[in-house]
Amino acid sequence: MSKRIDVKDLNVYYGDFLAVEDVSINIEAKSVTAFIGPSGCGKSTFLRTLNRMHEVIPGARVEGEVLLDGDNLYGPGVDPVTVRSQIGMVFQRPNPFPTMSIRDNVLAGVKLNNKKISKGEADVLVERSLKGANLWNEVKDRLDKPGSGLSGGQQQRLCIARAIAVEPQVILMDEPCSALDPISTLAIEDLINELKDQYTVVIVTHNMQQAARVSDKTAFFNIAGTGKPGKLIEYGDTHTIFSNPVQKATEDYVSGRFG
Amino acid sequence: MTSTVTPVRSKRSALTKGQLPKYAPYAVLGAALIVGAAILALIGFNAFGWGVVSAILFAVGLVSWSAVVEGSRKAKDRLATCLVVGSFLVALLPLISVIWTVLVNGIPGLLNPGFLTNSMNGVTGAFDNKAVESGAPVLGGIYHALLGTVQITLLATVISVPVGLLTAIYLVEYGQDGRLARAITFFVDVMTGIPSIVAGLFAAAFFFVVVGPGTKTGAVAAVALSVLMIPVVVRSSEEMLKIVPNELREAAYALGVRKWRTILKVVIPTAISGIASGVTLAIARVIGETAPILVTAGFATSINTNVFGGWMASLPTFIYTQILNPTSPSNPDPSSQRAWGAALVLIILVMVLNLVARLIARIFAPKSGR
Repeated sequence: MSKRIDVKDLNVYYGDFLAVEDVSINIEAKSVTAFIGPSGCGKSTFLRTLNRMHEVIPGARVEGEVLLDGDNLYGPGVDPVTVRSQIGMVFQRPNPFPTMSIRDNVLAGVKLNNKKISKGEADVLVERSLKGANLWNEVKDRLDKPGSGLSGGQQQRLCIARAIAVEPQVILMDEPCSALDPISTLAIEDLINELKDQYTVVIVTHNMQQAARVSDKTAFFNIAGTGKPGKLIEYGDTHTIFSNPVQKATEDYVSGRFG
Repeated sequence: MTSTVTPVRSKRSALTKGQLPKYAPYAVLGAALIVGAAILALIGFNAFGWGVVSAILFAVGLVSWSAVVEGSRKAKDRLATCLVVGSFLVALLPLISVIWTVLVNGIPGLLNPGFLTNSMNGVTGAFDNKAVESGAPVLGGIYHALLGTVQITLLATVISVPVGLLTAIYLVEYGQDGRLARAITFFVDVMTGIPSIVAGLFAAAFFFVVVGPGTKTGAVAAVALSVLMIPVVVRSSEEMLKIVPNELREAAYALGVRKWRTILKVVIPTAISGIASGVTLAIARVIGETAPILVTAGFATSINTNVFGGWMASLPTFIYTQILNPTSPSNPDPSSQRAWGAALVLIILVMVLNLVARLIARIFAPKSGR
């Protein structure tokens, strides 16, 4: 239930502006890969191109190839909806659907797509997804209450449960802990560690300790200056990136001497 | 040993300045009313002049007293308060006056037995003459007009809500601020300002061309009203759809949900409370239109339950014809009583619709669950 992603010579544009230049990266299946780098260097933009979510932004376009187990996401005739059902995403701010109960939020991917599902199957799916997101014990007695009544950390785990309920191959996380307190952050980090047994996880984070704690491999993105495109500077084992990086810029960034 | 009890200070704190006593505004108000009455007595008393003169005296008195005791900053504050409260009272004056007049004049008509359940069919001037001369009960009612208003407004709603809501969805979700979207927004704004009689003439001319000359039915009136309603519905729905957070759309897309299903299942349910109350307010806006109904549905004295055939009465046109052409030209009082009664019913309808809008907003609002 997990696939690898290979990116070849990817450029991302907003209109005429080149936002991310020439990224090539190989993301292993069943691993956690962290993207780190300063704000505005294109980490989130690049992450969005991995499931074509950048297309929601007017004017955003891509050159190059993103291969999911060898299939190009940007090949002719590829439906972005199919891509997104294979590659799920969790966002910076928890965004459960306010009109739905906790249960319906978890089932959103199924129900919104109008797939028929029996009540028994739905119950199994809800329980499995919420257990997978370490949320089951906290919400099992109030599944019919609105999802927006949960705490921020619980809402974020609900969003993760919602993402894994559609059984994707890959889960992308865009700074999933930046709006959460340390305890909720720890819960999410534990969860990421468990998720990698089944899924390929890609996480963008501003928190270098977090990257060091949760990821197997780390990619460092940087930007030469305002108006210049973001670039992938270095990509390697997390341990190497943090203790013995090849590039000077990476060393400066991870040791806090940046800028 | 030092005493822990703070001694009562006779000296004023260095942090305070002069302050008017709490009763100052009331004292000034009382003085202003008395002086105002005295001034008005000299030049001939009337209530309106008394109010205006007293208000001016009150503002001048309070502000100058405050300037002397409290300093210029507090005086400016008092002046601003006077202006704000004064404007509020001025704005409230016509509203209260209208409600009061309609209540006083309308209640006798409304309490008249059969007022809500009878039409004007067969009620002639002879009955009204008898009512005035020998004290017989005033006959006739607004049932036909009430029925007409409900039918016409309902049909207008059925026409405008789908058109308006779909337009709003196009503008917010698909238009992407392109040339077409901007043109639609511009023309919707223009439509908002169309005089209602022009909408009536449009509907009349449209049916003249399509159906034939002299077509006057409730449906024509409904088309005229929907010309007035659509821009209001578009505008309010557009605003409501715009405030649905983009994160919810992205969350749905990221689950592999198609755009139209995202709109149908996520965006609209999130915005439905605002949309529904906007629609209700749009109905309240057009329910009292007179001119477009006069030129499109005519006016009838009997019950017409077919919105597609025959002339149809409505509350506004009922009021208009009862006042302008009383049933008995020599004794217009019964007609005027009926007109005021109908006006009261119309105001109550609009008020109920506003309450319904609030109720809908509350019922459909996303629940926080805390």
